[in-house]
Amino acid sequence: MATRDVVEIRWHGRGGQGAKMACLLLADVAGLEGKFVQGFPEYGPERMGAPITAYNRISEKRCTIHSNIYEPDYVVVIDESLLDSIDVTGGLKKDGAVIINTSSSPREMYPRLRGWSGKICTIDARRISEEILGKNFPNTPMLAAVVKVSGVLETGSFLADIEKSFKHKFAAKPQVVEGNMATLKKSMEEVRVG
Amino acid sequence: MSSCLSGNEAVAYAIKQINPDVMGTFPITPSTEIPEYFADYVANGEVTTEYVTVESEHSSMSVCIAAQAAGARSVSATSACGLALMYELLYVAASCRLPITLACVNRALSGPININNDYSDSMGARDSGWIQIYAENNQEAYDNFLMAMPIGESPGVRLPVMTCMDGFITSHAIENIELLETDIVRKFVGDYNPEHYLLKKENPLAVGPYDVSAYYMEHKVQEAEAMKAAKARILEVAAEFERISGRHYGLFEKYKMDDAELALVLIGSSAGTAKAAIDKLREQGVKAGLVKIRIFRPFPGEELARALAGCKAAAVMDKSEGFSANGGPLFAETRSALYDLKERPYLINIVYGLGGRDFKTGDVEKVFDRLAEIVLTGKTGPVYTHMGQRSKEVEA
Repeated sequence: MATRDVVEIRWHGRGGQGAKMACLLLADVAGLEGKFVQGFPEYGPERMGAPITAYNRISEKRCTIHSNIYEPDYVVVIDESLLDSIDVTGGLKKDGAVIINTSSSPREMYPRLRGWSGKICTIDARRISEEILGKNFPNTPMLAAVVKVSGVLETGSFLADIEKSFKHKFAAKPQVVEGNMATLKKSMEEVRVG
Repeated sequence: MSSCLSGNEAVAYAIKQINPDVMGTFPITPSTEIPEYFADYVANGEVTTEYVTVESEHSSMSVCIAAQAAGARSVSATSACGLALMYELLYVAASCRLPITLACVNRALSGPININNDYSDSMGARDSGWIQIYAENNQEAYDNFLMAMPIGESPGVRLPVMTCMDGFITSHAIENIELLETDIVRKFVGDYNPEHYLLKKENPLAVGPYDVSAYYMEHKVQEAEAMKAAKARILEVAAEFERISGRHYGLFEKYKMDDAELALVLIGSSAGTAKAAIDKLREQGVKAGLVKIRIFRPFPGEELARALAGCKAAAVMDKSEGFSANGGPLFAETRSALYDLKERPYLINIVYGLGGRDFKTGDVEKVFDRLAEIVLTGKTGPVYTHMGQRSKEVEA
């Protein structure tokens, strides 16, 4: 379990990959578990493929700060190609971690992270999603990976609560729930901590 | 009932609970989600609202005016250029004394085109005769919308109400929220029973006819008197709301102001960020405080003067540039309000956050550093500056 007063997470993705959706889902589930939450995207010109950022604050007391997050505890990178253009670990706390969607190992990622020497976690969210859902929806496996790595929510209760949330959201398409739950579990098993 | 909702979801839910007669809708970022969520309620048969989709905001406000004049309760939502396109009708709604409720999700006006938050939209409409209530977060956006009708529809007021929240920062952020039960909301908001309306056959009347010079001014004075009367009604409604919700509201919120020597005056979500910074400064012994303006129209001038009277220096933070060459709109109101005080604090104006420029706790600390310096030296320096500029202007 994370020990900080507020756990701050920054998401990097590209428009259309579901970074915002995953960020809001995490806020939703953490809220269900009695936490105080914030989940918010940062918008620029909206278009598919453009870099987007989203943020989570999760805390035991209400956090009133409404600025973006500059010194996150965790960074999630949904699209590996962003590493070439964005300093994703900028401001990341030294004892924090970056979680990257890639087929590479954590060790292989160090040279691409501009001097970051802290913890790197990797997960092949694309493969997991394509194997289970038949399409590339990397956001749910990334969500599971950040929950597992950060310990911000207990994994058992997270899975139970998110299943409730999925069942509500996809009441008309129960098969979607099963697939998404499977990707979450698979991601929690496979995430590699460097 | 605890939940987690974005500001837009919270306001759409408030409208669902109220179940108004008519909604005039036209989408514009970042307010679009309000009519979107509400369209679901309409499609699912959860409300009986006449949902009127039109081709522009000029028309959506016209729909509201026509419906309200006919005796129906009407609502709408918009942002930025949408509000600008309603501009003509805002004055018509207010002068016809039609208590329409409009959710304004604040966004910078073009140009340059920008979709993010500042108050250039609603500040442009500040003299249109609408009551303006600003929210710090999703909870306040929800609560303010529920209080809007009991305020605006009150016979002593009869003015339209604009409930404002910060675009994206509040409208698109999911946070915890306490919702009231629908039956409690309906009882609190009550039915809309205007004394006079277009479809009342016992008392035919015209709405919005030409007003000759011999009477025009009397009507404007009545409107001005109604705006003055709104202040007391806003407080009455807040007291009633506190009884059903446990949440306290005033014309503004004072945060750590009792012994404050240095103070900020600002609006909206920045208040939350400022509170966190003030907590930290208080730990360091700085007597810092904050006044968060909730009601901008009617402007609580006398009350604000009393709240700031004990301070040594205050910074008025404007999230819109009024191009007056003499400071932003909140500064103009605040400085005017302080004029009658025998001893006034030093006052500076900092324009910040335009077009979504982020406002951080570190920015708040810098402002307090500057206020402390002013008190120490007795020199105000430049009175009207812009935060964090690349230009040569003195750093705010």
